[in-house]
Amino acid sequence: MTLLIDRRVINGSKIDGKLADDMTKAGLDRIRSCIQCGTCTGSCPAGRRTAYRTRQLIRKALLGLREEVLSDPNLWLCSTCGTCTERCPRKIDVTEAILYLRNLSCQAGYMRPEHQGVSHKLIETGHAVPIDDPKWSKMREELGLDPLPPTVHSYPKAVKEIQHIIKQTGFDKLVNYKESKKDGKT
Amino acid sequence: MVKHRYSFFLGCVIPNRLPQIEAATRLIAPKLDIELVEMKGASCCPAPGVIKSFDKDTWLSITARNLAIAEENGLDILVLCNGCYGTLIAGVHDLKDPVTLKRINKILKGTGHQFQGKITAKHLVEVLYNDIGKEAIEETVVNPIDARFAIHIGCHLLKPSDIRPWGVVEDFTLVDELVEALGGTIVDYKLKDMCCGAGGGLRSAELEVSLDMVREKLEAMKQAKIDAMVNVCNFCHLQFDLGQMQANKHFGTDYQIPVLYYTQLLGLAQGFTPKQMGLDKHYISVAPFLEKIGMSV
Ligand code: SF4
Ligand code: SF4
Repeated sequence: MTLLIDRRVINGSKIDGKLADDMTKAGLDRIRSCIQCGTCTGSCPAGRRTAYRTRQLIRKALLGLREEVLSDPNLWLCSTCGTCTERCPRKIDVTEAILYLRNLSCQAGYMRPEHQGVSHKLIETGHAVPIDDPKWSKMREELGLDPLPPTVHSYPKAVKEIQHIIKQTGFDKLVNYKESKKDGKT
Repeated sequence: MVKHRYSFFLGCVIPNRLPQIEAATRLIAPKLDIELVEMKGASCCPAPGVIKSFDKDTWLSITARNLAIAEENGLDILVLCNGCYGTLIAGVHDLKDPVTLKRINKILKGTGHQFQGKITAKHLVEVLYNDIGKEAIEETVVNPIDARFAIHIGCHLLKPSDIRPWGVVEDFTLVDELVEALGGTIVDYKLKDMCCGAGGGLRSAELEVSLDMVREKLEAMKQAKIDAMVNVCNFCHLQFDLGQMQANKHFGTDYQIPVLYYTQLLGLAQGFTPKQMGLDKHYISVAPFLEKIGMSV
């Protein structure tokens, strides 16, 4: 008898059961109760216009398709709107799960150059969106404000404090900070 | 006499890209007996869609430092951005766990700051609606604004709802009411609750998807025949204003919907000039709206 549907055979060597365990340890234990209802996908403004499918991502993560999940560019299409989390009938914090998978994706070396750029700005100035052109200070002055806000921009010591934190957590290495400086890449 | 004091959290986009929102907020505050105390040396919140996506501990540690600066002021935070609000309130929540707090404070050692969990963060809407009150705001209105408005609330003001003070996640009317208090008429539109598309790192790395989302909202607003849209988040504001211009270019559309942050509208109602509210600094011209209410840039 021939089957009328194609079977997708998931190769055993691709499966990493530890992924679901890791998610459980990170406080995302409810993910194991996913019933694949698709409410998350149905709520998703990003999925409505792209190939990104939230339900599928959760399923793949549960199956332990680590490499496939972490290298999938669709993982970066979520706008973190939180609608799926509000609507999931199993009360799974889907948005937090996506953020967690993104953390793992970065650790595995999949990081967009734009996102590295934002991170480098944070490391250098303490602002992910800094005053990097005098026109912004001029605009502030036209509005009767000081040319620099009373943030890290006015306190060099505060920038050092941010850099201290970043050294402690290893964020500089994660986002390839030193290295990128050396070979001139951003 | 000053009745309401807050640590004023600016974040990145307001002081460094949209200072008109900072200027407007600093001008309207004294009229409502609000004192904005500076958070000296505060940094990026850091942004929940990007930095939290990359490394949660880095995100939480830098958040904790910002919270500690407010705590050193002895004052709860007033925050104008939904994203910053999302970060700060999630930070307050996560740091209630003593093990996490200890771990993060250890990372903060050497910065001179430690967070003790004594303060929280309030969004502008919470401060205006709960602490000041609609009536007190109405009393400051000298120039009622008679126009039709679409409201964009923004995701992180409401979600995740379990760590928000509202008790609702849909049919949220507080911003509508605050605009009505200034004389405005609220026009309902399709997809009012939808995301603007700026968050999650989309504006930085997936601009086309991001702009396609705001385009969908702009189309719905256009069909509702409004005079302007009002928002309560500077990142949504940037997406609707600069993003509208980019979407027009990208998709060949010609949306011309004036975009106002709530404190800019409040300032106009309180008698400040459009220039003081920085309305001459927008990407999409605010002139048609001003004309409708008998003003000019
Ligand atoms: S809404 Fe919840 S239960 Fe349904 S598929 Fe998505 S994660 Fe699974
Ligand atoms: S949080 Fe992300 S995955 Fe969930 S509905 Fe919003 S965009 Fe989609």
